[in-house]
Amino acid sequence: MTIYHNSLTVKIGLFMIVSVLLVVFLFPFYYALITSFKSGSSIFEVSFFPEKLTLENYIAVFEEQPFGKNFLNSLTISIASGLISLLFGMTAALPLGRFRFKGQRLILLAVLIISMFPQVAVLSGMFELIRALGLFNNWLGLVLCYLIFTLPFTVWVLTTFIRNLPVEVEEAAILDGANPWVLLTKIFFPMMRPAIITTSLLVFVVAWNEFLFAMTFTLSNHQRTLPVAIALISGGSQFEVPWGKIMAASAIVTVPMIALVLIFQRQIVSGLTTGAVKG
Amino acid sequence: MEQRLKSEDTKLSYQKRKVYSAWLLLLPMLVVLLIVAIWPLCYTFFYAFTDASLSTLTNYSFIGFDNFLVQDNGCWYGLVADPLWWYSVWNTIVFAIGSVVIEILLGTIIALVMHTKFIGCSLFRAAMLIPWAIPTVVSAKIWNWMLHDQFGVIDYILVKLQLIANPISWLADHNLTMLTVILVDSWKTAPFVAMLVLAALQMLPNDCYEAAKVDGVHPIKVFFGITLPLIRPALIVAVLFRLIEALRIFDVVYIMTGSAESTMTMSVYARQNLVNFQDLGYGSAASTMLFIVIFFIIAPCLAIMRVDVMKEVH
Repeated sequence: MTIYHNSLTVKIGLFMIVSVLLVVFLFPFYYALITSFKSGSSIFEVSFFPEKLTLENYIAVFEEQPFGKNFLNSLTISIASGLISLLFGMTAALPLGRFRFKGQRLILLAVLIISMFPQVAVLSGMFELIRALGLFNNWLGLVLCYLIFTLPFTVWVLTTFIRNLPVEVEEAAILDGANPWVLLTKIFFPMMRPAIITTSLLVFVVAWNEFLFAMTFTLSNHQRTLPVAIALISGGSQFEVPWGKIMAASAIVTVPMIALVLIFQRQIVSGLTTGAVKG
Repeated sequence: MEQRLKSEDTKLSYQKRKVYSAWLLLLPMLVVLLIVAIWPLCYTFFYAFTDASLSTLTNYSFIGFDNFLVQDNGCWYGLVADPLWWYSVWNTIVFAIGSVVIEILLGTIIALVMHTKFIGCSLFRAAMLIPWAIPTVVSAKIWNWMLHDQFGVIDYILVKLQLIANPISWLADHNLTMLTVILVDSWKTAPFVAMLVLAALQMLPNDCYEAAKVDGVHPIKVFFGITLPLIRPALIVAVLFRLIEALRIFDVVYIMTGSAESTMTMSVYARQNLVNFQDLGYGSAASTMLFIVIFFIIAPCLAIMRVDVMKEVH
């Protein structure tokens, strides 16, 4: 389609489509940001440009609940589940992507099926598991149950990547007598850096955004993750929803994600396509 | 001869060692998946046949298929007899079809724009990724605020543009809530579909387009005649992938409309029984049904994908 944009009408048409898409997809964030800087009754008056900026809502978010702690919880849990799935995913991806053995198809298929489990279908069993391990209302419990979607995803993306690496290097290493462990740590780790960066990014985003498990398996304000904390921000009654505070909290969560997307755009896109197209 | 036998022997033992280490390397992943996926799933199946309650977890008894269907005093009870369950099944199907259709259409348009080169196209791509990257809770809350029936900016704009006379209650009107939820979900996931389609677009051969250009074929004709057939496999994968996600949908619906009947999906229904009503047995029965429904849709999908996967393995 790159060929047809010589004429002026096509250029104008493209410009209009791009503008409409940008407005539709970015205006909500802009509007949330404007609302977050308003206070009192001005929140309920629609305006498209900030008039009087106040940080009242931002201060309230941190003062009226342990939002900083929630932020730390989300960060710790996302990083921990990312690291664990990378470690186990990497060891599994080597044999799945490179070796040939009986049962290989079956394991790949099982990994695929598990990645499609509906979360609700494992909710009661997961509750039992978390309770049995004494991890209810504990961030470690969330790290554990997030592995149900982070690990299959990691295995899948890394397996696809390993399979596409050149065979020659590996053969040379085998001729030199390298065992599978050396093969993994000395040959594949360095070659897989781009895949590792991509997978950790995606796993981080998925864990950072998770809601159902986090809401069901935490009880106290201090143990909650960001999405749950935001979902539970409420006012004195059903009719006094503190929209300013909710928008301030949303902005705080959104800004790091925008930075992440801007910096790692290429890696995220490549990870999404391998993760989804092939799995 | 002896030399050759010996080398066969070492080759064989290397192969054996490799199989052995393959399983060793797989072990950590297998153990983790057994603990966090298989075991909980089996537990859910198991609870579905008990009268367990969340408050008295250890004290339950087997009740067979009573959670699914039971006759008592001439009346039928259980999941299969509950109109609300069937209503949530219907809602889920409506949501899945509606959101997947809109996402595929919108996603393809976005992908075609992304595939064009213009000033700032890299920034445009990044901007399109943002709705995908932020938590669903956040996007749902933002849309809740924008669609507020008294102070919402969407109604404000629509009234100002004289498209509507009076504000619409997007989130309270039972006839509209499902549409609202579908639109918000499409807004969030169309960029994801766009990424998949874009990847397919970038792999298209250039020569067809050059030939079409030489022949002076209209761009719209080129799209339907060349592009669409060529990206069809990618579109099918995107549809399957989104369908599975849509059938298990929970967060958007739950944040935007709570457990309201007009938008209750199977996941919301199951969770409400499990957590709000503390009815572990009945909730598990609903979860089991959800799993079976999704599995019947996954199974054919997998069969299609499998061909692809296995071709690559061997």
